[in-house]
Amino acid sequence: MDELLSEFFSETIESLEVVDVELVKFEQDPTNIAGLDKVFRLLHTVKGSAGFLGLDRLGKLAHATENLIDCFRDGAEVTDSLVSLTLEAIDKFKWILEKLGDSGEEPEGDDQEIIDQLNAISDGLREKLDAGKPGTVSLNPEDDEEIQKLIKELQGQETSSSQTQVNLVDEVPAENTVKTEASAEPIKQEEEKAETSAKKAPETKADKAEAASTESKGLKSTSIRVNMDTIEHLMTMVSELVLTRNQLIEIVRQQDDNHFKAPLQRLSNITSELQEGIMQTRMQPIGHAWQQIPRLIRSLNQQLNKNIQIEMIGAETELDRQVLELIRDPLTHMIRNSADHGVEDSETRIAAGKTPDGKITLSAHHEGGHIILSIADDGRGIPVEKVADKVVRSGLATEAELAQMSDSQVLRYIFEPGFTTTSEVSSVSGRGVGMDVVRSNIELIGGSIDVSSKLGVGTSFIIKIPLTLAIISALIVQVGDNRFAIPQTNVDELVRAQANSEHRIETIDQTRVLRLRNRLLPLIDLSGILRMKSDQELNDKNENEGFIIVANVGNRLFGIIVDAVYHTEEIVVKPLSGPLREIDFFSGNTLLGDGSVILIVDINGVAKHVGSSASIETDDLAKISDGTDLDVSTSSMLVFTAGSNEPKAVPLAIVTRLEDIEVDRIESSSSGDVVQYRGRLMPLVYVNESVKMLDKKAYHVLVFSDGDRSMGLIVDEIMDIVDDSFEVEIGSDEPGVLGSAIIDSKATDIIDVTHYVGIAFSNENVKSEWGHEAQARSILFVDDSVFFREMLPPVLRAAGYAVTVCDSAKDALTLMENGGKFDVIVSDLEMPSMDGLEFARVIKSNPNYNKIPMIALSSFTAPAALAKCKEVGYISHVAKFDRHGLISSLFESISGTGVAA
Amino acid sequence: MSSNVDYSIINQYAVDGICEYVTVRVMDQLFGIPIRQVREVFTPDSITDVPLSASEIAGVLNLRGMIVTAIDMRVRLKLPPLPVGANCMAVGIDDGQESYCLLVDSVDEVMRLPVDSWEQAPITLDDSWAEISAGVHRLDRSLLVVVQVKNVLNFSKNAA
Repeated sequence: MDELLSEFFSETIESLEVVDVELVKFEQDPTNIAGLDKVFRLLHTVKGSAGFLGLDRLGKLAHATENLIDCFRDGAEVTDSLVSLTLEAIDKFKWILEKLGDSGEEPEGDDQEIIDQLNAISDGLREKLDAGKPGTVSLNPEDDEEIQKLIKELQGQETSSSQTQVNLVDEVPAENTVKTEASAEPIKQEEEKAETSAKKAPETKADKAEAASTESKGLKSTSIRVNMDTIEHLMTMVSELVLTRNQLIEIVRQQDDNHFKAPLQRLSNITSELQEGIMQTRMQPIGHAWQQIPRLIRSLNQQLNKNIQIEMIGAETELDRQVLELIRDPLTHMIRNSADHGVEDSETRIAAGKTPDGKITLSAHHEGGHIILSIADDGRGIPVEKVADKVVRSGLATEAELAQMSDSQVLRYIFEPGFTTTSEVSSVSGRGVGMDVVRSNIELIGGSIDVSSKLGVGTSFIIKIPLTLAIISALIVQVGDNRFAIPQTNVDELVRAQANSEHRIETIDQTRVLRLRNRLLPLIDLSGILRMKSDQELNDKNENEGFIIVANVGNRLFGIIVDAVYHTEEIVVKPLSGPLREIDFFSGNTLLGDGSVILIVDINGVAKHVGSSASIETDDLAKISDGTDLDVSTSSMLVFTAGSNEPKAVPLAIVTRLEDIEVDRIESSSSGDVVQYRGRLMPLVYVNESVKMLDKKAYHVLVFSDGDRSMGLIVDEIMDIVDDSFEVEIGSDEPGVLGSAIIDSKATDIIDVTHYVGIAFSNENVKSEWGHEAQARSILFVDDSVFFREMLPPVLRAAGYAVTVCDSAKDALTLMENGGKFDVIVSDLEMPSMDGLEFARVIKSNPNYNKIPMIALSSFTAPAALAKCKEVGYISHVAKFDRHGLISSLFESISGTGVAA
Repeated sequence: MSSNVDYSIINQYAVDGICEYVTVRVMDQLFGIPIRQVREVFTPDSITDVPLSASEIAGVLNLRGMIVTAIDMRVRLKLPPLPVGANCMAVGIDDGQESYCLLVDSVDEVMRLPVDSWEQAPITLDDSWAEISAGVHRLDRSLLVVVQVKNVLNFSKNAA
């Protein structure tokens, strides 16, 4: 039996055992969907493996059984007889397997009878499920009788085969062991397998298996088989030795001129080498997990009639064998997915202008304590719309929720349970088990997976996994009297916060933030969340001092305040005892060189505590810098205080920079205060007079720029950047305030920046500087969002246009019918009842208005949307926050139509 | 009355009608820990506090390279804490899987007591005591409370 087959054999036997148990459990408790899912997945795996090993009989049987289970998953009622039938099928399966183990081939004959039955029943159930939809479907009594009859027939047939089975049980395991043993190359992994097969042998057959291995001792071998437990034990002992050595060094260090020094040095070296050696025994090149892949690709090529080449880069990259074993299956699964769904067949590829041969690239490399694995194909890519559609249909998210997500966020839904985009079910993949299993397996070992895809170009999956689970590099920090270890992999950088430095801690209410490269980083005081200090003590603490550990979890950044940072140390992770495991903030404990026990902080646990709103999403920051991809309903708002404690906010997208300007740099001029800023004079405006009254050394200034003109708005404190959906709720008569909104569950004034722009430049100045050339042209502005109706028209007015505002397309049309004349129409695209596209069609079909240039405003800037805009007659399309773009579009539209108008 | 005593609880600790205990003191009360469950007795030093853990947990400590979770018997029995600076002793417990130790005021001698000096704990005993006691031995001058170790470790659900 070859290596793959023997591995399949032992794996499948194990899987079937689980299937038996889970099926029975499920019968007793039909609400146990998780158990059923497990059965389904196992069968799915068996089907897949059988498929590529060319085990036709097993593959077909598994497929039919899987179909039936799928009906249960979709809510068909489970009866005893159905479970019995399934179990019969599993038994048949085992019988074929035993035969397979015996001869290395599937037995002659087929299982058409039982497959037909399975199919008939699942088709029946499926029909009823589709017809009856809600609730459960049960078989009618005749059906059930029929099944009973069938089972009896089958049992009759089984009696003959069970006889064979008995004999087989004697033979198979021993046979298996001998074969693998004999073919054992000096590769640890193969021995591993032999070991597994040997373990699979029933207890009673142990003697026989042992006899078999004695026989094979005659073979020359340069390696020996070592039980994993032995290595684990050695590993533990070496860890202890390292700790003891560290302790000794600590003692000797305290005594001068000690004659222990030389021998201790030697002991130390030997210990280090020993540790390395033992670690080495656990490390294996990742190529071992890749061995089966070329064969897998070959058979997939045949099965799918495709031409896929596989490229493997970095096969020599080593990682812990425990981790290696755990990623083997997910990897196979993903390759199969890429080949089936990703890469197109030759004809399609040629038609798309690609090479006829598809390519899957598998690569691995080390990166800071992690191994980065990537599986990339050059196939058709994942269509985001299809994913979104499927997400909505399967109820994983609503359209509204999806609308707020970036493409990469939507793509991540492929890792959700029960998700698949292929409409047809093939024997290779496409049932919606798979990616969720892949993800959960990877997360189990502390890794993460992400996907990126470009339509027509390809898809790549990036997996990040820790090199080893046993020893991690950690930063030792002190909080109060306690020391803690923080895993290095989560630490992005260390910042020393000091009152007078660039990095300082600032406070909003009780919340502290750090100014880091002109961004606000939310901070967590470790002593606070661990409740090591009373609130009073926390408040008394000097708030501007301390070390900040900038932690990165997923794509989220936040800072952790600690009192002191020592050094990094390789630590051996030891599990916490039972009652301590419930504490979210710790992932384990360890011993330090000085013999003390310290706790390992679980950054993921801490991140959960931070919550999603408080931390900065790195994605979002990227978005803001584009300034184009912001959605209407969720925007990033910069929250600050000025004059009073009530928070105020402006959209972050319109803020150019945050600056601190010392009071003595501020100069007074006839038109107000100015500061020299980047070689020019920048007017400064105080949000209100009380800001000016404060006795301060420096002011926080929000800088707004437009073209090469800047102005500074002076505020008290920058509080936070909040990603929130908000609606301006109450209008305001107060100059400089657009209205109020609830941001981060606090009532917040939304500042009208244009008001201050007006103050800064005095109005006539604004017109020439902010617009291109002041033209008394009239604009019809249509937008359903209060926020933009308040925000943009003042900007347009400041640029010298007369602006009429409408809150819906219908109103706008009424206004025009009543004789309103406009030079340009600026309209939002996404509006209720009549959207911007429809609005444009109406305008363009009316000979009275069809010459009026129209500009579309939208938060979406996808190329498809742009094309649509052009099609219905918009001359241009501007992102909502792109004021500069809007003004230049307006200018062009007016000068372009100057003759016509 | 004594003829009705149900010895089944104590018999699990007894060999030939004799029970062997490591006796310890917590606030002047004598307790007996069945000797088979005691791994060792040691003086704890540098206990690492575990923030957010149940109050019964004094912390974790290093016992010759093993990380041991220490349970403060005074807290467990709802007694006032030891005065600052007072020494305490630790009794390492063999729980089969995880390592625990009980912090007590002091450790006395090992005692061998006949089963017939045992009786069930008085029904009026405070809950936190009743829960961890497997009855009482009558000694000449005092009473010895038998500690039911697995119940001592079983506090997390009560703490919540």
